[in-house]
Amino acid sequence: MGTDPHLTWNLARDVSEVLEYHFMVNALIAGSVVAVMAGLLGWFMVLRSETFAGHTLSMMAFPGAAGAALIGVAATWGYFVFCITGGLVIGRFSGGRGRSWSEQSAVIGSVQALALGLGFLFVSLYGGVLGDLDNLLFGTFLGISDSQVLVLVGVAVVAVAALAVLGRPLLFASVDADVASARGVPVRVLGIVFLLLLGLAVAATSQITGVLLVFALLLMPAASAQAITARPGLSLALTVAIGLVVVWMGLGIAYFSIYPAGFFVTTISFAIYVGVQIGAWVRSTARREIQMSEPPAEGVIA
Amino acid sequence: MFSQEFMRNALLAGTFIALACGVSGWFVVLRGQVFAGDALSHVAFPGALAAAAAGVDERVGLFGATIAVGAGIGLLGQRSFAGGRGTVGAAPAGDAAIGAVFTFVLGLGVFFLTLFSTSSGGGSGIQAAHTLFGSIFGLGSGEARLAAVIGLAAVLATLVIARPLLFASISPDVAGARGVPTRLLGLGFVMLLGVVAAEATEAVGALLLLGLLAAPAAAAHRLAGNPYAGIALGGLLAVVAMWAGLALGYAVPGLPPSTAIVTIAVGIYYASTLVA
Repeated sequence: MGTDPHLTWNLARDVSEVLEYHFMVNALIAGSVVAVMAGLLGWFMVLRSETFAGHTLSMMAFPGAAGAALIGVAATWGYFVFCITGGLVIGRFSGGRGRSWSEQSAVIGSVQALALGLGFLFVSLYGGVLGDLDNLLFGTFLGISDSQVLVLVGVAVVAVAALAVLGRPLLFASVDADVASARGVPVRVLGIVFLLLLGLAVAATSQITGVLLVFALLLMPAASAQAITARPGLSLALTVAIGLVVVWMGLGIAYFSIYPAGFFVTTISFAIYVGVQIGAWVRSTARREIQMSEPPAEGVIA
Repeated sequence: MFSQEFMRNALLAGTFIALACGVSGWFVVLRGQVFAGDALSHVAFPGALAAAAAGVDERVGLFGATIAVGAGIGLLGQRSFAGGRGTVGAAPAGDAAIGAVFTFVLGLGVFFLTLFSTSSGGGSGIQAAHTLFGSIFGLGSGEARLAAVIGLAAVLATLVIARPLLFASISPDVAGARGVPTRLLGLGFVMLLGVVAAEATEAVGALLLLGLLAAPAAAAHRLAGNPYAGIALGGLLAVVAMWAGLALGYAVPGLPPSTAIVTIAVGIYYASTLVA
């Protein structure tokens, strides 16, 4: 870089400075693509209460990268392979009606522990130091190449197209699995396919935010939007909007700062989440006070 | 094998940490809080980093972060986790809050890492993070004894609150009506879990904590119908996995002990699903 980046009061000048650099343009394109895909899949993840599964899929990066280093291929490939396998395994072993929620969460935890254990084994067999561990854990936006952008766009198109086809039955199955299954919706298969897509989205998102901070784009925008409105369409649109704002602001601020983008993306996302939660709490408290004079509605006791 | 000092230390610390994980894990699985335990082990890392950046003893940050976040999760999850052992579809809504909180704390950790690695000059933050979390074969005798004491204390604390906690976990409404302080118990339990997570993460790593918290306890839930038998079995299976894994890790060169321990623990759970 010729000159040190520094923030001025002229926002238009700052933005044009950011856009002068090819790597920033790449980062913004990649970030936007990821924000849309992660937002849409994350929305269903929150709806289905599969946050732990999403987190476990993000941890697949460790055995993925270590395994890839061991056999000598690019870390991204190992990551996608492990994410997809992990999605299948979780879907296979945690689903089904025989298992209660408490056991499902134990199964997901066991899958994660086993995957991390495999990762340790790979590292120990590999013997060397994993080169880009920093980037893997905390993300990088400086070095996103044109080909990486293309891969991300490809993955996003596949994932969003699949979601567009599955969206309606998936929504039905997520909201009321029993009724959906009685109406002939293949609830179990949908659940597994969804985890596969989630694995794809997690692997792609971590390219921007790093493995540890995937939830900044996958979880928080969706959780915020769902606290704002219960209408699926509006809530989905809000999720994507929040995700885009978070990515643009996060990358923009990170450009002018020495601290990593992941920190800003996470902090902005969390600030929005907390703000929305406080707003929802205030709203529900106000509503409860209005209802105080009326007889209690169904479900208030619980 | 027992003539090696590192092996004796690993066995001492490992046994009591496994016992603490297995016993408290039975309640963790019952209450569907495996994700909370996992989140607590993740915030141990930023806590220790923050302490390192501030120049305080890392243990302060470690225990401070896990207990504080444990309290936060306990408060956030009051209603959502109360149901505990629900049917399919009764998943707690609090998991989104847990995910949001620990991701933010990890984001802070990234910030501290940058701060730490720029302020301390040459040393890479990642390197520091690695040395903060030793492997089970690298424990000194003092560390091992401390881990054993904390593990034993956590087991005793769990057993003391076991009866009311069981009541509050299975039927929170009835327990509340009978005067059991369900909220306080839930909060106390997650904070206890925070202590276990901090100690286990520091001594043996986050990986072992998760493996020993979830898998042996889930197997115990399948195999034993009686709660107290289940708690005992959970502790026993965790200790068995620990011993067998340590022996295997010692015998097979190149196999990390944590990988062996976790694989055996998950294997025990898988076997239990075939039996019961």
